[in-house]
Amino acid sequence: MRTDTTRQTDEGGQELKARHELGARELLREVGSVLRMSEAEAAALALDEIDPSADETMIINMGPQHPSTHGVLRLMLELQGETVLRCKPIVGYLHTGMEKTGEQLTYLQGGTNVTRMDYVSPLNNELVFSLAVEKLLGIDGDIPERAVWMRMLLSELNRMSSHLLFMATNGMDLGAVSMMIYGWREREEVIRFFQKVTGLRMNHNFIRPGGVAADLPSGWRDDVLGLLDQITPRLDEYDTLMTGQPIWRDRLQGVGVITAQEAIALAATGPILRSTGVPWDLRRDQPYLHYDEVEFDVIVGSYGDSFDRYAIRLHEIRESMRIVRQILDRMPGGDYRIQDKKVTPPPRARINESMEALIHHFKIFTEGFKVPAGEVYVAIESPRGEIGCYIVSDGSSTPYRMHVRAPSFVNIQTLPHMMRGGLLADAVAVISSVDPVLGEVDR
Amino acid sequence: MEALHGCITGESRGQATVFPTVAHYLSLVKQLVADGYTMCVDVTAVDYLAHPDRSLPLGVESKRFELVVGLLSIERRQRMRVRLQLDDGESAPSLFDVHPGTEAMEREVFDMFGIEFDGHPDLTRILMPEDWDGHPLRKDYAVGTIPVQFKEARS
Repeated sequence: MRTDTTRQTDEGGQELKARHELGARELLREVGSVLRMSEAEAAALALDEIDPSADETMIINMGPQHPSTHGVLRLMLELQGETVLRCKPIVGYLHTGMEKTGEQLTYLQGGTNVTRMDYVSPLNNELVFSLAVEKLLGIDGDIPERAVWMRMLLSELNRMSSHLLFMATNGMDLGAVSMMIYGWREREEVIRFFQKVTGLRMNHNFIRPGGVAADLPSGWRDDVLGLLDQITPRLDEYDTLMTGQPIWRDRLQGVGVITAQEAIALAATGPILRSTGVPWDLRRDQPYLHYDEVEFDVIVGSYGDSFDRYAIRLHEIRESMRIVRQILDRMPGGDYRIQDKKVTPPPRARINESMEALIHHFKIFTEGFKVPAGEVYVAIESPRGEIGCYIVSDGSSTPYRMHVRAPSFVNIQTLPHMMRGGLLADAVAVISSVDPVLGEVDR
Repeated sequence: MEALHGCITGESRGQATVFPTVAHYLSLVKQLVADGYTMCVDVTAVDYLAHPDRSLPLGVESKRFELVVGLLSIERRQRMRVRLQLDDGESAPSLFDVHPGTEAMEREVFDMFGIEFDGHPDLTRILMPEDWDGHPLRKDYAVGTIPVQFKEARS
C-alpha cells in the first residue's frame, strides 16, 4: 500500500536517558535540549547542581494514563527525592495524521477535520481555518457583517467555555474537587447554547469558508443574556472559593515560574506569555474580525507563576463576557454567509425547484471549490494562545498542504523549564496551569 | 522587490516573505532577531514533489522541500515568513541556538518530512513511534486505507 522509498530511519530513542548511560558532553547536550537552552548556557550551569550521583536519582513515568495529564501526555521525570531534576514531555499518543488527512479533504470538508484538533475550543479552530481559506480566495473583505459578528460571538463564548473547563480541571488537579463540579456545570450552560445554535455540543463545523452554516436561532439573545446573568455571580463564587483562599494561593504562587524572556524564547503564547507581563493578545495587537471595534482589556500577570495563569484565565472570562455584551448590542441583520456562488451552496428551497441549483449543490459538496494557488498564514488568539493555519494551495479543490500551528504543542515544551527544581506534587499544578489539549498537541 | 539582508524577498496575499539560501539562512534569522523579530512562532515544511515548477521570485531555485519559518516581532506587531529551499537529503541548520523554542517544531518537521537539522540537540521522532518506517507528510507516502468488505457484495 505504501509507496514510500525513503530510507530506514535510525534516529535514537525519544525517551529520557538515565545519567549513567550518558557521557558528560551528551548529558550537557541533553540538559540543554530538555531545558531548551543552548549548550553554552547549559555549560554555564553549575555542574554539581545538575549532576548528583546516579544512584540517588530515579526516572519515573508520569502518564500517559495519569489523570492529571489531561489526556495522554507522558512525562519522564528524573527525581531526587521529591525534587524534579529533569523532565521530558513525550507526546504523540493521539497522533492521527490530521494534517495529512487535511490534504485529502476539500476546503468545505476541512472544517470537520480541524475542529477535532483542539476539541475544547473547536470554534476557534474552524475560525482560523476559514479565515485562511478566505484570504486565499481573496474574499476576506466581503464576508457579511452579521457573519463576522456571529463568529466573534461564538469565538468569545468558546473562550469562556474553554476557560471554565480550565477552572474545573485546575481545581480538580489541586484538590478543590467541588470546583470541578462547578466548572463543568457552567461550561455545560455554554455548550447548551452551542447545541442550540450549531446542533452539536462539540466539533461543530459551523464556521465555514464564506460565513457560518446557519443563522442564529430565534430567542438567541435571551439565551445569551441568561447565560451571562447566570455566570457572572458564579465567577464571584470562584473568587470566594479559590482566589483569596490561603491554601489555594500556597499551592499556586511561586510554582512553575517562567520569565518573559524565557517565554518569548520558547515561543509560548496565550496566558503563559501574558502571565510574565508581556501584553500580547492577537485580538488587540493584530486584530481580526471586528475586535478593533469592541472594548476589552488584555489581562497580564507579573510573576509568571501558576497563580497568575489561573487569575488571567478567570479574568479573561469576565473580559469575554464584556465583549459578548457589546456584540449583543451591535449584532446587525443581513446574510450570515457570503452570496458568492462559488463558495456558497444554493438555498435548500431552490434545490427542489431548480435543476441547476441541484447540480450546483451536488458539485460543491462532491468536488468542492477551487482555490487560487498561493500560500497564507493566518493566526488568531485561541484560549490557549496563538493558533495559526498555514495553507498552501496549488489551485485545486483540496489544500496542497494544511498545517496548524497548535498553541498547546508549543506551550507544552515550557514544562521542563517550569518544573525544573520544583517538587513532584507541584508538577501537577504546573501541567494544569499550561492547560494543554492533547488532541491539538498530537494532531 | 528589494533585498533583505542580501536575500530575495517576496510576498503572498500581502504577507512578507524572504527566501534565503541554506548558507545565508542562519545569519538571516540572526539579523532578523536584531531587527526585532524575537519570536519564532512556527517551523513547518512543505513537500513540493508534485510542483517542481511552481512560481517563485526570480533568482530562487526551486527544490523539493521548503522549510517555512514564521517569525514575529512583538514590538512592531509584524510577521515575517522565511522560506528555505531544500533538496531531498539536504540538511538545514538548526535554529535552536537562536530560538530554543524551535526544538520541538524542528523535531516535528524531521519526523514528518525527514529533513535533518544540523546542530539540533535531540533530533528524534516526536509524534510517530521510534520504529516507524518513513515520513508521513511526504507526498510519496500514501494515505493508508482500510479494506472494507460490504455484505452481499461480489468479491
